[in-house]
Amino acid sequence: MDSTTQVSAQPDTLAAAPSRDNPPLLSVQRVDKRYPNGTIALEDVRLAIAPGEFVSLLGPSGCGKSTLLKMFAGIETPTHGHVRWWGQPFETVGSPGRRMSMVFQEATLMPWATVADNVRLPLDLARVPRREADARVAEALAGVGLAKFARVLPRELSGGMQMRASLARALVTEPDLLLLDEPFGALDEFTRNRLDSDLRALWQRRGMTVVFVTHSIYEAVYLSSRVVVMQARPGRIIAEVPIDGPLERDDAYRVSTPFIQDCKTLSDLIVDAHRASHMNEDAEVQS
Amino acid sequence: MTGDVLRAHSTRRAKTLRDTQRTPLLQRPGMAKAMAPWLVGVVFLAIWQGWCVLFKVPSYLVPAPSAILGQLIQDAPLLFGSLLETLKITLLAFALATVLGVIIALLFVQSPLIEASLFPYAILLQVTPVVAIAPLIIIWVKDMTAALVLCATLVALFPIISNTALGLRSVNPGLINLFRINHATRWQTLVRLRIPSALPYFFGGLRISSGLSLIGAVVAEFVAGTGGSGAGLAYQILQAGFQLNIPRLFAALLLITVTGVVLFGITVWVSRIGLRGWHDSQL
Repeated sequence: MDSTTQVSAQPDTLAAAPSRDNPPLLSVQRVDKRYPNGTIALEDVRLAIAPGEFVSLLGPSGCGKSTLLKMFAGIETPTHGHVRWWGQPFETVGSPGRRMSMVFQEATLMPWATVADNVRLPLDLARVPRREADARVAEALAGVGLAKFARVLPRELSGGMQMRASLARALVTEPDLLLLDEPFGALDEFTRNRLDSDLRALWQRRGMTVVFVTHSIYEAVYLSSRVVVMQARPGRIIAEVPIDGPLERDDAYRVSTPFIQDCKTLSDLIVDAHRASHMNEDAEVQS
Repeated sequence: MTGDVLRAHSTRRAKTLRDTQRTPLLQRPGMAKAMAPWLVGVVFLAIWQGWCVLFKVPSYLVPAPSAILGQLIQDAPLLFGSLLETLKITLLAFALATVLGVIIALLFVQSPLIEASLFPYAILLQVTPVVAIAPLIIIWVKDMTAALVLCATLVALFPIISNTALGLRSVNPGLINLFRINHATRWQTLVRLRIPSALPYFFGGLRISSGLSLIGAVVAEFVAGTGGSGAGLAYQILQAGFQLNIPRLFAALLLITVTGVVLFGITVWVSRIGLRGWHDSQL
């Protein structure tokens, strides 16, 4: 599977297709990631993400979607090829207009610090004056509905609330690029759906760029303006599917025909790719 | 809605408080657990006392608890003076071991090379019995207090080093990544992440070292005492042994044990304060 299904971004999404006037915010060129033990985590990955897009990386476990996201976060480096942020190397990330935040699979809060102190951490590390920082923390906590829990320790919060605190910490720096690594995977379906809706609304309001890793087709379709489908062994991109859903999405969208059609498209892509790779494995076994 | 939850929580707490006030002291659930070890102690002492009285055991073999207590009161000025001396050595050694241990642990985590080159010597220090090197130290170091403190410090040092170093390295990798993404400096990562993460381990080291510094002090005093000098509790034990004053020997032993328990209790209390309810061990 060397041909990638490329479809340009649709006009009904917030983002414009990358062009010369509108350079990609994130670009990945011919990236490989090989581990010393021979595992190929990623092979020949090429991807461009335009400012304002909501892109989901979708695929089964081991397809390298988390590895790719970690490269976007600068905490993993490719073996070959390169990643560019706003057309520049990683060192430029963090300057005004190029802020990046990440939300991890777990809430990763500091257990000894209150919710407010946890959320203020990125500002403290950037040496933002205490007064300004406190105001922004209060705003961020209110934004995720945790205003009343500012002085509480993380362990006193439920899983969903911890994740909200983690989200508030990512948003407090007002990021231009937000990376999320299966953030709601450990939560129950109801909490997850609610947080998905909140995230989608937040993206629309803030006009930031979001890259979201998930293994849930429904979550990917509900949230995204574009879904990047990945496959394992070796980790690679097999398709990019634009989601034509409406800009305003609510629970009704989850049962609408376009939603179900998009889910089916993605599901077929993944199943076919899976079958093809298994046939390859069988052929290898026979020869 | 959250207010309701909090209110419900506090009413529940008030209710349990009222319930406790109504239940008789001994029937409270926590009480039995707290009383049990005391009861065991009292029964043990009673059997000991009864045995000594009943079989007229001579006090130079096994003194009765009452005889030990009597001797303790009679020799109070002497024994408590010695206790103060031993306590001084113990606390100085404990403080020195804590400061040195933390500094060495911080040094260890700076680079794997530093740790690889120094750690074997830390182990060497740990496995060499202090009784074996105490005579040397006492000969080399002229000042007796300094020599005794040095011996006790050597005994108490290792748990602080190894626990603190382990703690400084046992940081949630997700939080390390978070700090990296936010361009945290080495110093910020150390102060805001590594040190708080290491606290539970450090306090664990403190608990072990508090007892070890007392043991180290007593052992060092013993070595010094056999050389004919000393004023601590170990010296009193030696002298009482020579004079077959077994009740005084037991009284001195009792003081050492109580000191050890009190020191341990203090470190438990300090760790409870230090971890203020965020760490699983304190809940």
